[in-house]
Amino acid sequence: MSGSSYYVPHETKWPFLATVALIVMFIGLANYMNDESNLTLTYTGLALLLLVVYGWFSYVVNESEGGLYDAQVDMSFRWGMAWFIFSEVMFFAAFFGALYYARELSLPWLAGEGTKVSTNQELWPTFENVWPSNGPANYGGDFVVMKAAGIPALNTIILLISGLTVTWAHHGLKEGKRNQLILGLLATVLLGFIFVGFQAYEYSHAYNDLNLKMTSGMYGSTFYMLTGFHGFHVTLGAIMLTVILFRCIKGHFTNENHFGFEAVAWYWHFVDVVWLGLFVFVYWL
Amino acid sequence: MSANIDHLKEEHHQPSGLMRWITTTNHKDIGSLYLWFSLLMFFVGGLMALVIRAELFQPGLQFVVPGFFNQMTTMHALIMIFGAVMPAFVGLANWQLPMMIGAPDMALPRLNNWSFWILPFAFTMLLSTLFFESGGPAAGWTLYPPLSLQGGNSMPFVIFSLHLLGASSILGAINVIATILNMRAPGMTLMKMPIFVWTWLITAFLLIASMPVLAGAITMLLTDRFYGTSFFTAAGGGDPVLFQHIFWFFGHPEVYILILPAFGIVSTIIPAFSRKKLFGYDSMVYATASIALLSFIVWAHHMFTVGMPLAGEIFFMFTTMLIAVPTGVKVFNWVATMWKGSMTFETPMLFALAFIILFTIGGFSGLMLAITPADFQYHDTYFVVAHFHYVLVPGAVFAIIAAVYYWLPKWTGKMYNETLGKIHFWMTTIFVNITFFPMHFVGLAGMPRRIPDYAVQFTDFNMIASVGAFGFGLSQLLFVYILFLTLRQPVTAADKSWEGAEGLEWTLPSPAPYHSFDTPPKVD
Repeated sequence: MSGSSYYVPHETKWPFLATVALIVMFIGLANYMNDESNLTLTYTGLALLLLVVYGWFSYVVNESEGGLYDAQVDMSFRWGMAWFIFSEVMFFAAFFGALYYARELSLPWLAGEGTKVSTNQELWPTFENVWPSNGPANYGGDFVVMKAAGIPALNTIILLISGLTVTWAHHGLKEGKRNQLILGLLATVLLGFIFVGFQAYEYSHAYNDLNLKMTSGMYGSTFYMLTGFHGFHVTLGAIMLTVILFRCIKGHFTNENHFGFEAVAWYWHFVDVVWLGLFVFVYWL
Repeated sequence: MSANIDHLKEEHHQPSGLMRWITTTNHKDIGSLYLWFSLLMFFVGGLMALVIRAELFQPGLQFVVPGFFNQMTTMHALIMIFGAVMPAFVGLANWQLPMMIGAPDMALPRLNNWSFWILPFAFTMLLSTLFFESGGPAAGWTLYPPLSLQGGNSMPFVIFSLHLLGASSILGAINVIATILNMRAPGMTLMKMPIFVWTWLITAFLLIASMPVLAGAITMLLTDRFYGTSFFTAAGGGDPVLFQHIFWFFGHPEVYILILPAFGIVSTIIPAFSRKKLFGYDSMVYATASIALLSFIVWAHHMFTVGMPLAGEIFFMFTTMLIAVPTGVKVFNWVATMWKGSMTFETPMLFALAFIILFTIGGFSGLMLAITPADFQYHDTYFVVAHFHYVLVPGAVFAIIAAVYYWLPKWTGKMYNETLGKIHFWMTTIFVNITFFPMHFVGLAGMPRRIPDYAVQFTDFNMIASVGAFGFGLSQLLFVYILFLTLRQPVTAADKSWEGAEGLEWTLPSPAPYHSFDTPPKVD
């Protein structure tokens, strides 16, 4: 307990507006999925959401720079961010679980292992379990496997280095070396966007040259959902890092008080760790 | 520490009318919003239950077509779980946690506002699907593929509303954890926290660990239907059973999310009206934590008949039965708390006592269902329906009602009418048993759940259950009347409304001030 005061904000319009934006976006998206409309409503919702995020965050940044947050508020934010990242970990766990289930259970069963012999015998007697697999019905047609060597290995190195550069920037911040801070962050942001660029290239390569698609059975499903959600998180993380970079250039944060920076750095390490899991289980093994 | 409560604007320029509620960051305002919303959803979901019971009053088809009946069972479950019980507990957490730990407010007040306001929007979206040409969701609240993939246009709407509800729960849970871990009054160590705070801390952990898994599962449903993935298609190498595994990995912790705060409430009320300290506080905490941890390794007991390998059946049977141990510890502690206490039987106590007895019945039928070979007989029958309604209605809902009676004088400064409260209790308790007890019998005799028609030999018990259900519904109108009467009174309640009540909230005036503790109290 710090002996100072806990800041309880007054009334706010942002959460309500954020909800309106989300609902507009989701209604638009659901109608689009049902082939009932185009994406106009979805983009409207998304634009509104971005405005709200911008407004809400600038408000909070101003409060923070205005010195309203004491050490105890800071600790609330830390707990909040830490548990938020844990919830993200559990989201990815669901997809890793699906991958594990397919490789260790459903595909061997479809190939006649264990007590599930009859499925194999009656439905797909010629099916053999070889991972990667698009299933006994050869969904999406024959495809070429995405190799771990090449772009995925390069991307692993890129993300690992970006983990180092963000830590280097953090040291710069703590030791008051603003140039090191800005340089480190800039490098991290660049590496992040290079990663996303490589992923985009890899996707187009997979679709155009390898015939590896979302519709390529279980391999395609797990490959695209895992790397897709990860890529989405890297993009978000890189955008967040960019915001932090601009804040650093503006002179925000002190060597003691910089939760905003640390939260984004945690998030960045989280996407880094998820990638290592992806590299091992999706690309390599 | 004193709370820096937004300087100038407060009190003088607070927005009035609807804008006050839309923009509020106050834990009491948000708690009230949650509780009123939950009451509304309780009646909406209740009406759907009455449609179901009206249809089942007699065999054959009376009032609704089977498709609509299926929409009613699906919606009833989604609304009662995500709209009534969960928001009620979050509402209680909002009201009580800051008062119980000596804090000015919740740790993250803006997030708090957000997690509430998602709810009305998400439920509007969910309920609107009932008016679609192709109808609402009808595959059951568990959304099992391949059936759920064959639904009408409602499917993406249902899934997005569940995403939003999940986000709301996660945000709320993060707020609860940050509040409990960071906002306690000096001297209140973890093992000195009120037991309700403990149960909510563990519930919040369960929410954060399980809701994202549901989000993953329903996202896979969405891409399977609209983008050609094969997570749940055997021909593509997936498996419909995979959905059940992921769903119940969320679903079983979810079950404890619906009951752990109820344990906390009962563990608060029983000592107050026994005028004794809670027996075995430490073991209560450890039992709650054990139940929470076990909840992650028992999920497949919902799937015994799906065709799992024998090793799986045995593993999940024994882990499930293991949960009876910490739950038994709890029931023992409640009974031991009352032993030689000087007990009185005001309405909250009556509901808490009924909770212990009736929840234990639900627990025992759960133990029966845990036995794999027995479950082969009971699976998807009305026995299961009886089981989970016993733990949810005289379990979770009774605890919520007990909590409202118990803390209402603290919240409003007004005492409810004790006679009417007791009448409400007896009507509710009698009707709840008339409704759900016969379901055990028809279930054991083989009546399947989620079917609008049934064989004639089940008629008598179904008629009894339907009469009970309408009686239960009417009894809850009395609850609303009691609340209405209470709120119309002048403020007269004492600061400490119950002789045996303990906790920091009773050191505050009744009604409690807008910002609970500006200066944190000292706890020895």
